Amino acid sequence: MIIRGLLLLLLIMARNTYAEPSAERQAALRELVQQDCGACHGLTRKGGIGPSLLPDALTAKTDDYLITTILNGRPGTAMPPWRSFISQVEAEWLVDNLLRK
Amino acid sequence: MLKQLLFLFWLAFSAITLAEPRATGDLGLIIERESGSALIVNTTEHKQLARIENLGDTSHASVVFSRDQRYAYLFARDGGLSKIDLLQDRLVKRIVQAGNSIGGAISQDGRIVAVSNYTPGGVKLFSADTLEPIADIPAEYGASQRSKVIGLADAPGQRFIFSLFDAGEIWLADVSDHQKPSLEKFKNIGKQPYDGLITPEGRYYVAGLFGEPGMSVLDLWHTEAGAKHILPNYIKEDEKLPVFKMPHLEGWAMAGDYVFLPAIGKHEVLVIDSRTWQLVKAIPVLGQPVFVRARPDARQVWLNFAFPDNHQLQIIDVKDLAVSNTLEPGKGVLHLEFSPRGEQVWVALRDDNQVVVYDSYHLKELARIPAKKPNGIFFSARAHQIGL
Repeated sequence: MIIRGLLLLLLIMARNTYAEPSAERQAALRELVQQDCGACHGLTRKGGIGPSLLPDALTAKTDDYLITTILNGRPGTAMPPWRSFISQVEAEWLVDNLLRK
Repeated sequence: MLKQLLFLFWLAFSAITLAEPRATGDLGLIIERESGSALIVNTTEHKQLARIENLGDTSHASVVFSRDQRYAYLFARDGGLSKIDLLQDRLVKRIVQAGNSIGGAISQDGRIVAVSNYTPGGVKLFSADTLEPIADIPAEYGASQRSKVIGLADAPGQRFIFSLFDAGEIWLADVSDHQKPSLEKFKNIGKQPYDGLITPEGRYYVAGLFGEPGMSVLDLWHTEAGAKHILPNYIKEDEKLPVFKMPHLEGWAMAGDYVFLPAIGKHEVLVIDSRTWQLVKAIPVLGQPVFVRARPDARQVWLNFAFPDNHQLQIIDVKDLAVSNTLEPGKGVLHLEFSPRGEQVWVALRDDNQVVVYDSYHLKELARIPAKKPNGIFFSARAHQIGL
């Protein structure tokens, strides 16, 4: 019981050690996803020339895959690398807080 | 009592008939991309006349007009097809004809509205009068796969022309027999055609390629010659810049014999001689061009840009084939539309929630019209232009 409690605490701590973008930056990222990702994936993220980014469509993809795709793009497709505008931490936050929800 | 009632009826009737009649030749629609709405505007008076709502997902909406310029047909991302009455400021009818659609066109005779769809991939035809379905053209290729359809335009001879993004094909559909469109398919036209346009006289169809450099050109006077891949070497793989928004080929991009097209992965506007389809010049511009549109007098070409340069506009002087001006009209420049004779240009500023109107000769601001997250701007003069 104690061990389970400790593990839970550790898990919560591990999650909290994730650096988070500032509130201002989060708002900017939300806007970026809606407008600029939305240009290809649709304003509602249900897909356009690019595939759907709704949570159901992404269940089979790992976080790593999604983060790498955002930062580096996917060669051979229309998906460009966003690393000049989105940091690693921000990509993690995007996947965790926007794409999975 | 009866007399009074009759008098009231007469009063109501005269109010209707005496209301000032409205012409529609100088009207337009401004799409509001996040609220499923569109503004009917008067382009002479720079005035909003009405807001039409319940149009669905208007985030990538486009519009064509009936030949009498009374009705606008709006194609929404969610597969919605809406018919709007510009005389009575109302939505006449809206149907949802597919899951995900990208654009549309109206036939030469004005009787058929065609919609191009991503899901399920294909083109559907509807009666312009009733929006009742007429025919379905599934974009099947390979082992019964279906392709997203892009670059749909009307072509002379009661035809529609469009490209299959996933299949790399151009299809020409003759709809003279409304119920039974006859198809001519042009295969292996290039990888991933992302948009298409037809030249103003309706002779050439140009599909821009994303999956490889260049464009595919079909001469509708010589369809037997097939589509021709032009400018296949204008960019090398290792010099490609990231494209944060797909360019659009809609609209007139023709000035004299020259076609002005956005390069893709290069910050240039390509000037191509339509007699030879050879590159005349690549004009350096400040970002990835999205819309490249010639002013109706063909002296200037205006363009906007993909993220992160979407707060700017550039103007090319056709006389010099060089950029003559750079403007910063506001944030989120998404689209621009010229008045029929080109003295005004209207520019949609998404993030500023307004449309700015310029005198295109003196680059003076004439008006700013409030609009919620404006996107496409479409003037009713398009009713009489092939390919728009």
